[in-house]
Order: sequence, then C-alpha cells, then structure tokens
Amino acid sequence: MESVEALVAHIQGLSGSADELAQLHGLLKQADGDALRAHSAGLLPFLSHLHPGAHSLGYLYLLDSFVSSSANLRAHAGGDLLVTVADFLTSCSADQIRMAPDKFLNVCRVLKNEVMQLNAPIRGIAPLRAAVRKIQTSSEQLTPLHAEYLMLCLLAKQYKAGLSVLEDDIFEVDQPKDLFLYCYYGAMIYIGLKKFRKALELLHNAVTAPMSSLNAITVEAYKKYVLVSLIQSGQVPSFPKYTSSTAQRNLKNHTQIYVDLSTCYGTGSYSDLETFIQSNAEAFQTDNNFGLVKQVLSSMYKRNIQRLTQTYLTLSLEDIASSVQLNTPKEAEMHVLRMIEDGEIHATINQKDGMVSFNEDPEQYKSSEMVEHIDSSIQRLMALSKKLTSIDQNISCDHAFLMKVQSGRERARFDYDDFDSVPHKYF
Amino acid sequence: VSAAAAAAVTNGLGGGEQAAAAPVSADQLDVEAYAAQYSGRTRVARLLFIAERCGVEAIQLEALRMAHDEARAREDTVLYLDAVLKINSRLGPRYRHDQAWVDSVNRRAEQRKEKLETELNGYRTNLIKESIRMGYNDIGDFFYAHGHLSEAFKSYIRTRDYCTTSKHIVQMCMHVILVSIELGQFAHVTNYVSKAEQTPDTLDAVIVAKLRAAAGLANLETKKYKLAARKFLETGPELGSNYSEVIAPQDVAVYGALCALASFDRSELKSKVIDNINFRNFLELVPEVRELVNDFYASRYGSCLEHLEKLKPNLLLDIHLREHLGTLYNDIRHKAIIQYTLPFISVDLNTMASAFKSSVSMLEKELAALITENKIQARIDSHNKILYARHADQRNATFQRALQTGNEFERDIKAMLLRANLIKHDFNQKNWL
Repeated sequence: MESVEALVAHIQGLSGSADELAQLHGLLKQADGDALRAHSAGLLPFLSHLHPGAHSLGYLYLLDSFVSSSANLRAHAGGDLLVTVADFLTSCSADQIRMAPDKFLNVCRVLKNEVMQLNAPIRGIAPLRAAVRKIQTSSEQLTPLHAEYLMLCLLAKQYKAGLSVLEDDIFEVDQPKDLFLYCYYGAMIYIGLKKFRKALELLHNAVTAPMSSLNAITVEAYKKYVLVSLIQSGQVPSFPKYTSSTAQRNLKNHTQIYVDLSTCYGTGSYSDLETFIQSNAEAFQTDNNFGLVKQVLSSMYKRNIQRLTQTYLTLSLEDIASSVQLNTPKEAEMHVLRMIEDGEIHATINQKDGMVSFNEDPEQYKSSEMVEHIDSSIQRLMALSKKLTSIDQNISCDHAFLMKVQSGRERARFDYDDFDSVPHKYF
Repeated sequence: VSAAAAAAVTNGLGGGEQAAAAPVSADQLDVEAYAAQYSGRTRVARLLFIAERCGVEAIQLEALRMAHDEARAREDTVLYLDAVLKINSRLGPRYRHDQAWVDSVNRRAEQRKEKLETELNGYRTNLIKESIRMGYNDIGDFFYAHGHLSEAFKSYIRTRDYCTTSKHIVQMCMHVILVSIELGQFAHVTNYVSKAEQTPDTLDAVIVAKLRAAAGLANLETKKYKLAARKFLETGPELGSNYSEVIAPQDVAVYGALCALASFDRSELKSKVIDNINFRNFLELVPEVRELVNDFYASRYGSCLEHLEKLKPNLLLDIHLREHLGTLYNDIRHKAIIQYTLPFISVDLNTMASAFKSSVSMLEKELAALITENKIQARIDSHNKILYARHADQRNATFQRALQTGNEFERDIKAMLLRANLIKHDFNQKNWL
C-alpha cells in the first residue's frame, strides 16, 4: 500500500489522457478502503495540492473517503469544508467523475446533509445544480441527484432554480425509485409556481408508473394529484388502463378523504365544500395540503362562473352572485375582474348597468405569433414522433422480443385487428 | 276549480313532483262513470287508489262506498278489509267492519279450496293432462278472486307443463299477465307477452290488441316511454272494452298520446299518431287529448300546455300513470321549448314567456338548464332578455382542437416513453425495493 503522498503524486502525474486516467483509476481503487480510510483525518491538507478541475478523479477519491467518516464532518462542521466541496462540485471535470459515480453521489449527499444541518439550503443549490449537469450522461437522464436538488430548491423556496432542471424531459431512468421523488418534488415546485398543468403531468407519471407494491410517495402524490386535477379541470380522471393494478386497487383506500372531497366538489355547491373542508381541516393540515385545498375551494367559484359563460351572453352581477352562491354583487364583480385579468374568461363589465357581457375567445388563429406557435409545435411533435419510431425499431430488433414473438406465433396467430395502433381519441 | 288545482296551474308544471304526496282535488271526476269502465279487481283497486289520493272528502267517500260494495259483492275479503279500514266509520252503520261476514266468507273459501285441492290431487293421480291443467286453472282463478295473488300466480305458472295446444298457452299467458300487472311485476308481463306472441297459430285480433296494450303498460311502468308509445299506438281498435279488467280504451289513448308527445320527434309524431287511422278511434274517446296533440304539432304550445294542466288533476288519480306524470309533463314541456326555439336566430323572451304562459325569470332558468344540458344551442342575453342562437365557429374550433390534440399527444408519448424505460429497467433489476 502506498502512502498518501505517493498517491497524490500519482494523481498529479496521471491525470492527463484517458489511458493515464484508467491507470490512475486502477491505482485509486487499490488504495481505496483501508489505506485511505486510515489516513482520512489527515487528507484535507493534501487536497490543496490537487486541482479540482484537472485532478477530479483523484480529488474525488480523497474527498469521498474524508467525508465518509462522520467524525471528520463533525470536526470541520460548517465553514471551509462546505466551500471546498462546493468548489469541487462546480469545477470538477465531467468525464473524470463519471468514472466513479457512486463516490460522486456520496459526496453530493454529504453536502446536502451539511447544508440542511446548517439550515441554509440555499447554499447547496448552485453546487448541486452543477453536479446534476455533470453526472448526467444526457439531458434526458434522471439521476438520484435530481430529487435531492429539487428538495433543496423547495426548502429554500427558490422555485425558479428548480425550473431549469425540470424543463428537461426525462426519458431515461436508471433507478425507478428516483423517479417517484423527482416527480413529487418537481410537482410541488410547479404547484408553487402555479403551473398546474405541468404539475399534473409529473404527478400523473408518479401515479401511473409501473410498480409492484405501493409506496408512500405514490400515496402522497395521488393526494396532490386529486387536488391539482380539481383545480385544473374540475374533475379527477379515472385511472388509465396502463396504471399498475396495485395502484388501481389500493390508492383510493389510503386517500379516502380526498376521494370524498372530489365527490363533494362534483356537486357544485360552495357551502357544502366549505363545510366538508372545515370538518376535515386537521387531516389536510397533517398532510401539508391545506393551502392546496383552499385553492381548490376558490377554484369552485371560477368553474361556476366559467359555466355561466357557456349559457349567457350578458348577465347581471346580482344573478351571477346568486347562481354562484356569492354573498354580494360586489364580490361577484371582484371575482369576475380577477378572472378577466388572469385570462381565464373573456368578458367586459359594465358598471353603470351592473351587467357583465361574456365575449367569445378573441383568438382568431390568424396572427403571425399563432403561426409560429403552431409551426414550433409541429416541429416538436415530429421530433418526438421520430424518436418514437426509432425506439420502436430498436425493440423490434431486440433479441428477447423476437424470441417472444416467435413462441407466440407458434401458439396463436395475431391479426392486425388485435392491436389498436392508435388510441381512438386521436381520430 | 279548487284552490289546489289553481295552485298547480300557477306553479307551472314544476309543481307536479310535490303534488305527488299531497291530495289533489278533482271534483270534475265522475267516480261512477270512471269505475264503470273497469271490471274485476282493478275496479276496486282503482277506487281505493282514488280515495287515497283525492283531497275532496265527498269524492273520497263516494269512491270508498263503491269500493266497499264491489268488494263485498265479489267476496274479496282482502279488498273489503282495506276499504273498511279507510272508511273508518264515516259512512254509517252499514259500512262498518263486519267480522262475521268476513269469517263466513273465509270459511266458505277454505271449504272450496279444500274441494278444489282434492279434485286436483285426484286428477294428478289419474295423470290426465287436460284435467290437471283445468284443475290448476280453477285454483288459480279461486286464489285470484280472493286476493291471494302470489298463489294465483304460482298456480297459473304450473299449468304451463300441461298445456297442449297453443290456445292453452295463450290462455295461460293471459292469466299470468293479468296477475303480474296487479302484482306490479312488469318484467313478467313483457316476458309472457312475447311468449304469447310467439305461438305458431295466428291469434285472434282481440287477443293481439290485449297483448299490445299489456306490453305498452309494462313499458310505461318501467319508464320506457318510447317503447310504450309504440305499443299503445299499435293496439288495434278491436280492443274495445274487452280488456276492462286491466285497461280501458280511453287509457290507451291517454297513455299512448302522452308517451308519444314526450318521446317522439316531429316526423314520428305525424306518421304514427296524427295520421294513424287505428289510433284515431281511440283518440275520439278523449277529445281533449286529441286537441292537445294537434296543438303541439301545430306549435300552439300555449294552448297545448293549458290542456295538459286541465287534465292533470284527473290523471294524477290514475293508478298506472301517477308516478310518471311528472316526468312525462316535464319532457313534453322541454320538447315544446326546444321546438319553439329551433327555427329562430333570436327570440324575445317576453313573447316566448307569454306563449308558454309563464314568467320571464322562470323561463330564463328553464332555458339555462336546457342550454347546460346541450339541448339548445343558444345563449341568453340577460340584460335585454333575448335568446340568441349560437353556432360554433368551425374554423376556430378546429384550430383549438388540433392544438389540444397535439398537446395531449406530446404528453402521452412522453409519459409512455418514460414508462417503457421504467419497465425495461425493472426487468433488469427485478425487485428494486
């Protein structure tokens, strides 16, 4: 076993090309374990000899064995250690650290724990964001770091920071369990930004992901799913048929009051909903969903007013107030005004007569912005479609698939009609 | 016109549902003439029904008195006891509970029953099909006459195994239908009507008419108004008063016309009701109904609805129609409103309200409900009280739908690719928990 100094010399020397790195990696793996751990307390000063960018791999190994011991952490709590780690994460070289991903993840996790202990989650945001980008092999890949990063953003209430990571679509998932946390935290960030449609997408993925047994994250995700669907569209869609049977059978049992809430919402009566919420307030509080529940309540007014736009061309404010169960025409005016500002309905308020006229959607689909919007949508969808066909082709050439089809063909003949190529709703 | 009937008119047809519980006045109803149309048990049953639902004491007592006399004459103790209970000593000494008479009737009934049963057992040991069949029939008749309906039903069903000719089968079916109607088991009625209609021999026209009427009644009670209308309209005039133990020809006219109005569209109404020569014979018996059908077709909705209101108190006393009257009336009124608005681009709500003889605000509420149910394509200008027809802009709607489909497609495909990936990794790692 070489001494630490010798190891450091190796690192400095062998961090050039890919071959050297491979050799270095071998050496480091040998040294890892007892040797480094025995000297872990004294590793810190050696780090200053190394450059985090150029010598990332070596740096990583040393750093990892240092932070793995909690005694070291306690001794150096706060202060420099955090800065060192943060610095490393931002400046390390992506290729080198990808050779030892577990250690990298470990270091990041330690950083996260440290900032949480110090109650300063915001300090962890920038380094972790850099870390996420470095360890991803492609922007479509989900790493365990995503969930940690999003959690920090939530705790620090820096929702916009979380957006940059959320905007990439995820298609590759190594560990299914990362997905649940990612979807859950991501949805919470979108909810904080009031982008309910995107939140719904993430929660939908969490709820319909294939799973063999129920986990707590999915249950919580389902509760939020019910609430957000009520806010967004006024009803909770039933489980699509690709939902796992475990979810379909068991989710509703664990979330009974949310199911009751949605049936109560369906009746359309504001006062009933209000009493229901009051009587179950503690349950909602313990789930930390009370804020969302209050938004569900206010969305009830919006939905009722929107229904009115379908039947009336003009309506007096008193009539609006009475049919939506508001107390005074003034309140009705306020609600309508807010909805017009948010762009949820198109209307004009005539204060002299106390009338509201509902107009048609003025969008004529003729402007150049609309044309651009349509064009970009088409491009996006074509790219997606191409991706889909390529994946389909890959699977068709896959060995395991061909074996299954062969054995299937011997047993039964499949007709084209047996398989629906496109779901009917697209017709 | 009494207070309750007047209240029913001003309430509009919405009052129909509440009136179901409260007694209704009908001092125009001539109880004797009404009862004379029917015979058998249904006469008594209908009289008791009228007594229960009618609010006017005089008519109640009249109906109960007639029910009592009838029940006594038929020696039907079950109905007799029912009548006496309801009379409650209001009609004097002759109409009090006569337990001695009840006991003697029951004793005689027991004796007759034993005699019939011994006869039947004798036939059974002899294994002569025809006599067994007649034995069961007689027992069935006996039970029916004394009000034990479920036993009657069972006995009639038993004759099925011993029927040899199609005439026997038809006879059995008619008996079963009669008892099922009284028991209120209309699924059986439909069953046995189709059984009877399937016999290979051609049936007597009267029997065909009876079967149709029974089928119509069954459909009416099971709320299949369109089918009921069709059956009633196909009933031939040969029915006459031959089926008075179930239904009178006036009833066929009323039920048929109301169900048709509530469920047929204009072309069907014209071809099957107005131009239907056979049905015209029935309609002649109830000229008010004939008037109102013609009014509806000619778009004189105001007078049509007036006729309906006038008929309502009497119809509420009809044993079969009562529960369905509210729904039928509502359907007819909604149909009238929808047809009224169809040809116009804009309708002034004031003129419409006077045509339908209701207030503008009530009419507005009804229209709003119909628009929400998507039965009328229009929107209401509440400020000026005008209804504007609204035709969706196809071009905008198409753009909107296309963009929305694109978004949904994108969302679904992404989710699908993600799931496919998850499954792939799941297979590689088996149980990740």
